[in-house]
Amino acid sequence: MFSFREAWTVAPGGLCRTLHSVARRRPLRVPAMPVPAPLSLSFGRAPWWLSATRRSISCKMSENGVASRRGKVLTLDTMNPRIKRVEYAVRGPIVQRAVQIEKELKEGAKKPFTEVIKANIGDAHAMGQQPITFFRQVMALCAYPELLNSSQFPEDAKNRAKTILQSCGGGSIGAYSASQGIEYVRQDVARYIEKRDNGIPSNPDNIYLSTGASDAIVTTLKLLMCGEGMSRTGVMIPIPQYPLYSAALAELGAVQVDYYLNEERCWSLDVSELRRSLEAARKHCNPRVLCIINPGNPTGQVQSRECIEEVIRFAAQERLFLMADEVYQDNVYADGCQFHSFKKVLFEMGPQYSDTLELVSYHSTSKCYMGECGFRGGYMEVINMDAEVKAQLTKLVSVRLCPPVPGQVMMDLVANTPQPGDPSHSTFIKEKSATLNTLAERARLTEEILNTVPGIQCNPVQGAMYSFPRITIPERAVQKAKEKGQAPDMFYCMNLLEETGICVVPGSGFGQKEGTYHFRMTILPPTEKLKILLNKLKEFHLRFTQQYS
Amino acid sequence: MSTVAYCSFIWGSGYITARARTRTHRSLQKTEEQKRRIMSVLRKINPTLQRICICEQENLGRRAMQITRELKQGVKKPYKELVDVSIGDAHRGGMKPITFVRQVIAACIYPELLHDSALPADVKERAWRLMRECDGGSVGSYTEACGIPYVKSSVSDFITRRDGGVPASPENILISSGSQTALMFVLSLLVHGEGSAQTGVAFPVPTYSSFAMALDELGAEMVPYYLCEEEGWALRVEELRRAVRASGLHCTPRVLYVINPSNPTGNVQSRKIIEEVIRFAAEEKLVIMADEVYQDTVHEEGIDFVSYKRVLFELGPPYSESVQLASFHSVSKGFMGECGLRSGYVELVNLDPAVMEQACKWLSAGSCSAVTGQIALNIMVDPPRPGDPSYTMYSQEVKFKKDTLTCNVRRVQEVLEDIPGFTCQAVGGGFYAFPRLHLPQRAVQRAKELGLEADLLYCTRLLEEEGVCLEAGSSLGQKEGTHHIRLCLMTSTKTLEMVLKRLKRFHLRFLKEFA
Repeated sequence: MFSFREAWTVAPGGLCRTLHSVARRRPLRVPAMPVPAPLSLSFGRAPWWLSATRRSISCKMSENGVASRRGKVLTLDTMNPRIKRVEYAVRGPIVQRAVQIEKELKEGAKKPFTEVIKANIGDAHAMGQQPITFFRQVMALCAYPELLNSSQFPEDAKNRAKTILQSCGGGSIGAYSASQGIEYVRQDVARYIEKRDNGIPSNPDNIYLSTGASDAIVTTLKLLMCGEGMSRTGVMIPIPQYPLYSAALAELGAVQVDYYLNEERCWSLDVSELRRSLEAARKHCNPRVLCIINPGNPTGQVQSRECIEEVIRFAAQERLFLMADEVYQDNVYADGCQFHSFKKVLFEMGPQYSDTLELVSYHSTSKCYMGECGFRGGYMEVINMDAEVKAQLTKLVSVRLCPPVPGQVMMDLVANTPQPGDPSHSTFIKEKSATLNTLAERARLTEEILNTVPGIQCNPVQGAMYSFPRITIPERAVQKAKEKGQAPDMFYCMNLLEETGICVVPGSGFGQKEGTYHFRMTILPPTEKLKILLNKLKEFHLRFTQQYS
Repeated sequence: MSTVAYCSFIWGSGYITARARTRTHRSLQKTEEQKRRIMSVLRKINPTLQRICICEQENLGRRAMQITRELKQGVKKPYKELVDVSIGDAHRGGMKPITFVRQVIAACIYPELLHDSALPADVKERAWRLMRECDGGSVGSYTEACGIPYVKSSVSDFITRRDGGVPASPENILISSGSQTALMFVLSLLVHGEGSAQTGVAFPVPTYSSFAMALDELGAEMVPYYLCEEEGWALRVEELRRAVRASGLHCTPRVLYVINPSNPTGNVQSRKIIEEVIRFAAEEKLVIMADEVYQDTVHEEGIDFVSYKRVLFELGPPYSESVQLASFHSVSKGFMGECGLRSGYVELVNLDPAVMEQACKWLSAGSCSAVTGQIALNIMVDPPRPGDPSYTMYSQEVKFKKDTLTCNVRRVQEVLEDIPGFTCQAVGGGFYAFPRLHLPQRAVQRAKELGLEADLLYCTRLLEEEGVCLEAGSSLGQKEGTHHIRLCLMTSTKTLEMVLKRLKRFHLRFLKEFA
């Protein structure tokens, strides 16, 4: 079996840029690279000689290239050009400035505020959310099993820790696990999915534990990349999107295919827009993947069952591979909204779809009521994946040995929580619902207060952890931003940070319709702090509008 | 030996046969439904990934897991327990974790324990210190993408101390989810291009298999150089030069990967060799990637570990100012053996600041590495000091492991010397022994018929008959016509004795069968 080893050099910027009305700053220069790779054999190692011979004949240019002139081997000119294209707003320039301001404050600098409030990232514990006691107890017991003799831990926590330790090599969370993840954990995850999806079966062999959901998403995308020019893989992502996707696509050299969410209808997803976007993309690449984020990040919408059905029909019809980012599945606040997993809907639509449509669904320990980002736990469930491709996936994950075992343990705890009758059950329920209730309260509060500000429009935060309000920026401010070489909403957010210490991320980092401006803020600060933050934001907005009108 | 031969014998025939078998099998049972699926979206996957070769070793690992399961279910085997010493996993091999590490981690995870009188004061202090560095005081928060600044500065202090005062800076340190991730990260910065501009990476043969897989995943051109078995697996610069110069015809060699102390060979490089390698890298304009994860485990008396960074700086200009170096370390391979926590770091030396900026930006698009691992890393580089309440216990535990490892190294050489058909070079450092197997011609022939490498046949049989899982030399790379096995020695004495007993029994039987 021989196949082409395609080069995935960066595509001519022009091709994908037509799709990006998004204010994204990328080098327009096409990286200097020689002609695509000659035909070579991709199988086994033997074929090197073939490519080697041909290569030495075909091109013998720039043997040591720029390096020899500069003295150093790795320079900006000689580094992997794809990495230079990666942009990631959530930790971008605005956050760097926030960190700097924090340092200045510590050193005693005078500012119109006393602390920086980081509403830029979905990091619940950083904002004071308390961890779930049971989870941390079991984790501590696994880390230091001597504690199993201590009376300060409930029996169910001890029993669970014992079971988990038994499933680890040498009875220690310090041993490598299988690359796909600990079998016991994968079984628990499969049972969790079955329960969530009204009994639709889930197979532990289809579960891959990962280092947070991001890792799993990037791994899947990597698997899907191929082709050159017209046949290059296109990946459809929502706009606004979570910038992990655009960053990964830039790094992998895929074509980003944008579809726009409908802001007027509460950021809902229209299949007609999917179709438009797909058809436009087919003119210059091979769109094979459709990414959905539900509940939405940064937009906070929760998809209805009907919408999911339509998306599935569309994907099946157009032969698209579906990636469902469902890490906010417990974060649903709005009345009448409910989380439906893509898998459940897929199987309820019958074998016509459930036997064929390829779907990967992602979950993580970082969001929902747990907020355990630092443990880097997550999983993906692959459905209807071709057996040989699955073998390739297993191989790919084995390159990085295994996901951190504490994160796997955390994933197990999230999948298998205390049951009624267990000593830890009532505390667990109390903690979980307290967290989710306060988040719901903050979601409502954010929408309410923001909508009282003239020039700010905020859709209801139905789910997830963010609001993504639209802001009106006066023409003179837009002009001023242009002079500074900044996106207008970056200029707005930078000013907000300098004047109030509030750190939010400009909409341009997520993508938005041309001429509209937004920012993303988390709803995670404690309620009292959130109120102060929102009022300061209100004052700032009025001041800003006045200053530039 | 040519690259062709090298590739075909490492991942060659066995792999092809296996694939061919699957294919026939599949085509026989293709139903209508499956035919439809052939059209499925994912059939055409990333061609670069398809290049990643699974060696048969993977199947061996899978079989080992299956056997463990069977034993649990009560299936009768000639042994009661399977022993897996195919990978460098100290805890799996029966080594206990370091108490101080686990106490601090437990206290950080469950801060209620800070009120527990059973925990020593320095444990609580350290836990406090680390929790203060976490946003919201919780190890459940994200940290900065390249690691907690406090941990980074403790790493840089450690490096300065280790290298006799050669300065290090926290800005040049990136904490990652294990050294493998850091390796991939640095390679990703370097590997690009097509045709003759494609980045070539020089790496030693033998080397552990996931490094080659990483090169495959990134689409780098492999430039293997051979270690000299007869000279105790020494690295010879002439061989390096041969390999790099030859590769220049079809790719652009830009990276030189070295691993010291070596996995799997146990060779420890002398300062003189390191100097030569650095001069060579400067001459050929290569970035050095120095994998130094086994730096704590040098058993041979009279030999000390010297880091590439130290030698580089002591060579002085122009080398110390121009040669770009990435040095790796990890919590998995020292005496802590905390593989499952996934933590390591890379120190980047002489990296262009503009590249560093790009690297950090790219790094921030991913998330941080797991916080529990970062805690372990902090303790590895800043362990309890004399006078601290935990010091005595900590140093006893470390000494015990060190002694056990040294003793295991001696023991394995002793035992193998006595068995016909083995030669084992001196193991100066690291976790492994990599003895050469001299197999009877008939065994080699039999393996050929089965489409397997002979050492893999040996390992497969050993696994089935004695329940011992080793790594075959063919998956690590070796000179044509030679066969080896790798076994991890970072195990408890009991585990090692069991392995040696079963290995000896099997080996003699195997020789007899094919005599």
